[in-house]
Amino acid sequence: MCTYSIESAEMSGCGKGAEGWFPLSLATVAFDHPSHAQVDHAMLIDFMNPDLGIGSRVAVELTRDSARELVKAIQAALESTMDLEDPAPVGAPV
Amino acid sequence: MWNQWRTDAYNGMTAETVDIKGYNGETINAYYARSLVPGNHPGVVLINHAPGWDEFYRETTRRFAEHGYNAICPNIFYRAGHGTPEEVVAAQRAAGGVKDETVVGDIEGGAKFLKSQPNSNGKVGVFGTCSGGRHGFLVACKSKEFAALVECWGGGVIQPETTPAQPVSPNTLTKDLSCPMLGLFGNDDQRPSPDNVNQHEEELKAAGKNYEFHRYDGAGHGFFYYHAPAYRQQQCMDGWEKIFTFFGKNLA
Repeated sequence: MCTYSIESAEMSGCGKGAEGWFPLSLATVAFDHPSHAQVDHAMLIDFMNPDLGIGSRVAVELTRDSARELVKAIQAALESTMDLEDPAPVGAPV
Repeated sequence: MWNQWRTDAYNGMTAETVDIKGYNGETINAYYARSLVPGNHPGVVLINHAPGWDEFYRETTRRFAEHGYNAICPNIFYRAGHGTPEEVVAAQRAAGGVKDETVVGDIEGGAKFLKSQPNSNGKVGVFGTCSGGRHGFLVACKSKEFAALVECWGGGVIQPETTPAQPVSPNTLTKDLSCPMLGLFGNDDQRPSPDNVNQHEEELKAAGKNYEFHRYDGAGHGFFYYHAPAYRQQQCMDGWEKIFTFFGKNLA
């Protein structure tokens, strides 16, 4: 199956890549052929900062069930802390 | 084709990355494997799949050279930058996917490069799997450079919707297909689904095109990919027999 599906979202925060922490600006989400996961198709999530070069990337390749569990976990964490004020966006590593 | 050489026959190849002229005359790189066997050779341009300009495609390029072809695989993701294949694929996704028009130009550039080689027999085929199968069909409809097309499970030949990068559903160009075509498909695939393949075949038949389809039970998408769980040994080996028979007939 070729999906060509690509979703993206602007990001604020930091990711730890092959060369350490870097500020994030973008996340892409696709359900397509993985590079490493031993499944035919996977949820491909990349946290990136294209301005810092092609290697500034944190990647995961998840099964559909894992992706659903991740969405639920993120949603639960957000809902359980609704009373907390959102912190200011984090741009650069500290 | 498997083990069909003579043990006393010379064989050899060189394989390397080269620069070629692609879309709009722009320089891109490509992986080129050429036969060293004396005489003139047909050519094959390979179009890589969505997972990238990767090791599978380099090995497949050498496979064609092993069997007497000059084979080249242009880096259709060249404009996304350089890193490991998976990093480049991620950058290409972030850019919204590779544009059809640059792929057509890059693959035509590969054909012109092969035809300019001193040991070319003047005939070039095109081969692609997955998104590369879709691109193969698109290229063979838009270009007159090719004498044969092998489309392996081209996903999105019949597109549910167009996008800025893919502004035309390739099946709408079927009447323009400029060469004989071999299509290989897995019956467990969802894109192209068996219904998609039926429609693809009906449109080729209606347009009076020279085509040959083979559909495999027990196989889904990507059944040549020995590095992935999609691999199906029997269907893969039969598919390669079909490919070498088809190219042997149409590129001699």
